[in-house]
Amino acid sequence: MSRTDVLVDADWVEQHLDDPGVVLVEVDEDTTAYDKGHIRTAVKLDWRKDLQDPVRRDFIDRHGFEQLLSGHGIGNDDLVVLYGGNNNWFAAYAYWYFRLYGHQRVRLLDGGRKKWELDSRELVTTVPDRPRTSYQAREQDTSLRAMRDEVIAAIGKQNLVDVRSPDEFTGKLLAPAHLPQEQAQRPGHIPTARNVPWSRAANDDGTFKTDAELQALYGGEAGLDFSKGTIAYCRIGERSAHTWFVLHELLGQPDVKNYDGSWTEYGSLVGVPIELGEPR
Amino acid sequence: MSAAGPGAGPAGQPPAAAPGCGAPAGGVAVTARAVGEAVIEGHVRRDGSPVTTGYARLIDGGGEFVAEVPLGGDGGFRFFAAPGSWTVRVLAPGGRRRDETVSAGYGQVTRVELAI
Repeated sequence: MSRTDVLVDADWVEQHLDDPGVVLVEVDEDTTAYDKGHIRTAVKLDWRKDLQDPVRRDFIDRHGFEQLLSGHGIGNDDLVVLYGGNNNWFAAYAYWYFRLYGHQRVRLLDGGRKKWELDSRELVTTVPDRPRTSYQAREQDTSLRAMRDEVIAAIGKQNLVDVRSPDEFTGKLLAPAHLPQEQAQRPGHIPTARNVPWSRAANDDGTFKTDAELQALYGGEAGLDFSKGTIAYCRIGERSAHTWFVLHELLGQPDVKNYDGSWTEYGSLVGVPIELGEPR
Repeated sequence: MSAAGPGAGPAGQPPAAAPGCGAPAGGVAVTARAVGEAVIEGHVRRDGSPVTTGYARLIDGGGEFVAEVPLGGDGGFRFFAAPGSWTVRVLAPGGRRRDETVSAGYGQVTRVELAI
């Protein structure tokens, strides 16, 4: 898989945003960002209201995903181009989510909303009206998603990549201080995990670093053993979706999973091993 | 655990429920929390006018990314940091960029006014 199979740049989007069969989708951590201005023809997905089950901690099911995409006028053969704020965290999460339910034609806008804004490109407030489709999703591809028991079994056997900040990894912080309601019970990290903050994979403008730089980061500096499987995690799974995208889609590693339960789940489990401080 | 940590939000905006890893919609409550926090806040201006399209990034003493926010309607930004030395990096259209090193402490509001 080449970089052009999974990424498009801003020039490409400007040239193709009116093409039939191309659907731009904005997904932001700040779910009001779209309403203040978005790329013309883009539709909005709300990562909380649209992508999470309203009762259980889990994703919407296959039928719910079908209804969501049908309602936004997205067809099975459409090329979906995702972008968002904060260096594409939630756009990468949505990309992984689309792949989880089997959508094949999906790309990320390199640099996301930030690069688009820094380039002073057009943003509009007009919401497009797309005719409803009859989207058919597949069952979740569990080869992309790690659940807690698999994570515990991977300790010392697979690559575990903790993509949070060093202070969260060492246990100094449970979470950014303005988010107390989503903290885990205990701080720290999963034993044997390597701390490779997601931000090391991105340039200041939010674009991804080159393949050579990424290879040097994960295969060299971080010392991941690519002959083994890899599980990435953060706090709720969106920063680690960014790293999943780098490892699985850009570097082409075949066995990479995102643990979306992440630290808010693991750090609240009873009886599991936890390490504090620097990696051993 | 320390009560303080990296948080961020455009200055001068009302708080809203915090949904995820990043800044909550519309910014972060400052008045109720600033007493025990190490707040870094400020504005970005160009030729005296607020820069409303751009980003402020907080970088720790080890060079690691900590938080990033879009500039508010008044060119403002705000971070809840921990005590210590930090770098505020501003990015704006036209390739404009500026780094400013600041010190923060608990119970203090460190103000940074930047011209780019």
